[in-house]
Amino acid sequence: MIKIRNFSIIAHIDHGKSTLADRMIQGAGLVEQRLFRDQILDSMDLERERGITIKSHTITLPYVSRSGENFALNLLDTPGHVDFSYEVSRALASCDGVLLLVDASQGVQAQTLSNLYKAMEHDLTVLPVINKIDLPSADVARVKEQIDQELGLDPDLAILCSAKDGIGIEEILEAIVERIPEPKGLPENPLAALIFDARYDSFRGAIVSCRLFEGTVRPGDVIRFMSNQATYKVEEVGIFRLSREPRDQLSAGEVGYIISGVKTVSDTRIGDTITLHSNPTPAPLPGFKDVKPVVFSSLYPISSEDYPSLSDSLEKYKLNDAAFVYQKDSSAALGQGFRCGFLGLLHLEIVQERLEREYDQAFIMTVPSVQYQFTLEEGSTISVDNPQYYPDPIAIASSAEPYIRASIIAPERYLGAIMKLCMERRGVNSRFNYPAPGRLEILFDMPLAEVIVDFYDKLKTVTQGYGSFDYELIGYRESNLVKLDILVNGEKVDALSLIVHSDRAREWAVQVCDRLQEEIPRHQFKIAIQGAIGGKIISRSTVNPFRKDVTSKCYGGDITRKRKLLEKQKKGKRKMKMVGSVMIPQSAFVAVLKTKND
Amino acid sequence: MTEFTHPGLYVHVPFCKTKCPYCDFYSVTSLSSIQDWLEAIKREMLLYRDRFSRFDSLYLGGGTPSLLPDHDLAELHHHLLRCFSFSSDTEFTVEVNPDDIHSSKLVALRDLGVNRISMGVQSFDDQDLRFLKRRHTADQAVKAIDGLIGAAFAKVGLDLMYGLPGQTESSWLKTLEQATSFNPEHISCYQLTAEERTPFGMLRARGEIKLPDEETGSTFFILTSAFLEEKGYLHYEISNFARGEENLCRHNLKYWHRDPYLGLGPSAHSYQAGSRWWNLRDLEVYCRALAEGKPPVAGLETLTPEQVYLETILLGFRTREGVDREIFRNRPGTEEVLRHLRQAGLVHNVSGRVVPTVKGFLVADSLPLLFAG
Repeated sequence: MIKIRNFSIIAHIDHGKSTLADRMIQGAGLVEQRLFRDQILDSMDLERERGITIKSHTITLPYVSRSGENFALNLLDTPGHVDFSYEVSRALASCDGVLLLVDASQGVQAQTLSNLYKAMEHDLTVLPVINKIDLPSADVARVKEQIDQELGLDPDLAILCSAKDGIGIEEILEAIVERIPEPKGLPENPLAALIFDARYDSFRGAIVSCRLFEGTVRPGDVIRFMSNQATYKVEEVGIFRLSREPRDQLSAGEVGYIISGVKTVSDTRIGDTITLHSNPTPAPLPGFKDVKPVVFSSLYPISSEDYPSLSDSLEKYKLNDAAFVYQKDSSAALGQGFRCGFLGLLHLEIVQERLEREYDQAFIMTVPSVQYQFTLEEGSTISVDNPQYYPDPIAIASSAEPYIRASIIAPERYLGAIMKLCMERRGVNSRFNYPAPGRLEILFDMPLAEVIVDFYDKLKTVTQGYGSFDYELIGYRESNLVKLDILVNGEKVDALSLIVHSDRAREWAVQVCDRLQEEIPRHQFKIAIQGAIGGKIISRSTVNPFRKDVTSKCYGGDITRKRKLLEKQKKGKRKMKMVGSVMIPQSAFVAVLKTKND
Repeated sequence: MTEFTHPGLYVHVPFCKTKCPYCDFYSVTSLSSIQDWLEAIKREMLLYRDRFSRFDSLYLGGGTPSLLPDHDLAELHHHLLRCFSFSSDTEFTVEVNPDDIHSSKLVALRDLGVNRISMGVQSFDDQDLRFLKRRHTADQAVKAIDGLIGAAFAKVGLDLMYGLPGQTESSWLKTLEQATSFNPEHISCYQLTAEERTPFGMLRARGEIKLPDEETGSTFFILTSAFLEEKGYLHYEISNFARGEENLCRHNLKYWHRDPYLGLGPSAHSYQAGSRWWNLRDLEVYCRALAEGKPPVAGLETLTPEQVYLETILLGFRTREGVDREIFRNRPGTEEVLRHLRQAGLVHNVSGRVVPTVKGFLVADSLPLLFAG
């Protein structure tokens, strides 16, 4: 009889989560030393590079306890960013306990705390682990005191370890076995399995990661996704080792995967409950949310002939990222493209990078937008996430934009800086909590539009990395919205248009004009860059022409060389976007998203 | 150009007494190779004997053609006449250096039928001349020009150079003033550039000489154009000025009009019927190839219609004739570009042609890109 434990590791960034996971995998003997590479669970290059987990991974570790019992320890890895907080919450809902990792020299940090809250919301058993005790600056006594005072956990139960040196790993494994409760649920009950992750395999279809709370599933069973009633026949079930390992069945308490030939990605939604078609569970597991995109941006191929290839890549990408949505879009300045929806700005950046790296696409991405609501004089209300569809201003009776409740946790000393930042971003209704001495939680109601571009980066800067940020949408509020257009030599660059609060329009307009001035190369003529609302110019900048570039001599021996240079420049020009006679480099469209002093 | 045009003939004389630090034309300083070169050229002529129609321009450039001993020059000329046919009004230009000009040389050139002299004066300022490591002084230049005028060559062209370190607007104007005082038929004004593989290029890379910035370069360019136009010269190409239509350099126009030309000698380029080829650059290698009976060609290209288009606009925008508007037909976006360039005062329309203004000349290297692709 193999007993089961389901757990996750949570930590402040850089406190050694991935290293500990690696060490436990090694400790379980799943991988030979010589084949080991760091941070096995972060399988995408992008994840390893950025040091963050984007997609969660799961692995089942075999373990024989000191008492001689056999265990299957299911480690559910969780993504580490607010954009994916829903995925995190589903992964935690699939666990019965967590290891809360604290760095022995840095002590309790903002995310240690916010992660602890999340674990407590799910009633999970929390095992504090003090990592990096090998560091000369390690101060175990102080960290124990913090665990007691700031986290309210029993410091005597904290396990000391150095994941790097492999110290304390066995103690951790023993504690998991002893202190994390055994999963409840009965194999003979109707099936109730929580989907906490899904990925797409082009041969097998969707591979659904799930935690079985009740019942049993076997190949050949007909399963039903409860959110949309879609039914499929199970082809394979199994558990995760370093690769998938098929099993005869999965039963209550276990964590594993189900393959059932699902080719429709929208059928596998994280948080959904899978049950058996013939013997359904009466109610789905709690917590399912339909995750909707909140940030929108358009993608245009640099060269219009690459449109089919971009289209193809998006289709393939979508299979691996169910949260990503897109549809066709077109721009007068940039031609045919796609309007895309994302869970948040990090999600947007990840999609962008993966399309570039894994699909080798070159494209321009427009300024992200949220979804605005306009109530028209004639009574109807429309949603607009694309500035192109901003209604005629005289037809607008009222407009509204989505608001979030932003929660920022940081040491108290950054209060002033955080307040200033949030108020600049139109934050209102500020409230404070003191979850621990010296530690502050600031709550603000803020427009989502104000956080999607560079808020998180700014917050990191003003809090020297100590601030953590989380948010939830709290609905629409009335707002005075205008459409800002950017004109280059009198021509509107529709891809740079933006719906913006009237108070912020000028600031944004000035920033865009300055950025374009830096990015657009000098031409033969003067280039005027203007920001305008309606017909009114509210900002401008100028790219001065160059004066002389002509070479003195061009005789018989110079012509071929000159033509070859021109041919080379012509190739480079394909990477530029022509607006009228002005060549705008791709980088300019990216640069307008970045504020100064980045 | 649909009407029939005569080809031009260029002979590269790759010898110099000393190398000027700014020059990137191919030349050697060992005059002992002159005989080998002459023999090779004679062989090369035979390769093209019946392949070109009647020439109406002959241009001896270099290097320093005036270094050739009179009898070698005569022998070269004799063979050219034997191999090729020339129209009766052929423009026959020889490039000369002021320090090679003495009365017997002038007589020798006259006797061969040379009717156009292009003299590398560069400056009438001794400080400039020393900087350029020229072998002559301003005085010698003046005497040499007087000699040319005395010898009554039909056309005299003077080459000048601006944009030298330390040169001021007024010192340049003095040089221009002095040049025009001789009333030459033709003046070429080149802005000094430090090409990579030249001594100046290396000095500049090491920061030991500093050339004027873009702004200064443009000021000198506009100043030069205005000064010479005022004196009655046509600014007919970026660096070239002629005292009236009849004094344009016929031979050089062939390059800019994409007319056929044959280039003989090491590193010379030829163009005929959509193909361009260029000779081996190294004199020894060039001579050896011919001695072995092989064509001394280093490379050849046949232009695609798109390449012809690119060359037509890149050359056209360098001359006051500009570009025929017809060429832009069926090229989307070019109308828009033309409108912007007109608004910016860089081109204007003259009887169906897009013609660069002086301001347009200044940016002539980047204009073609706007019409490309």
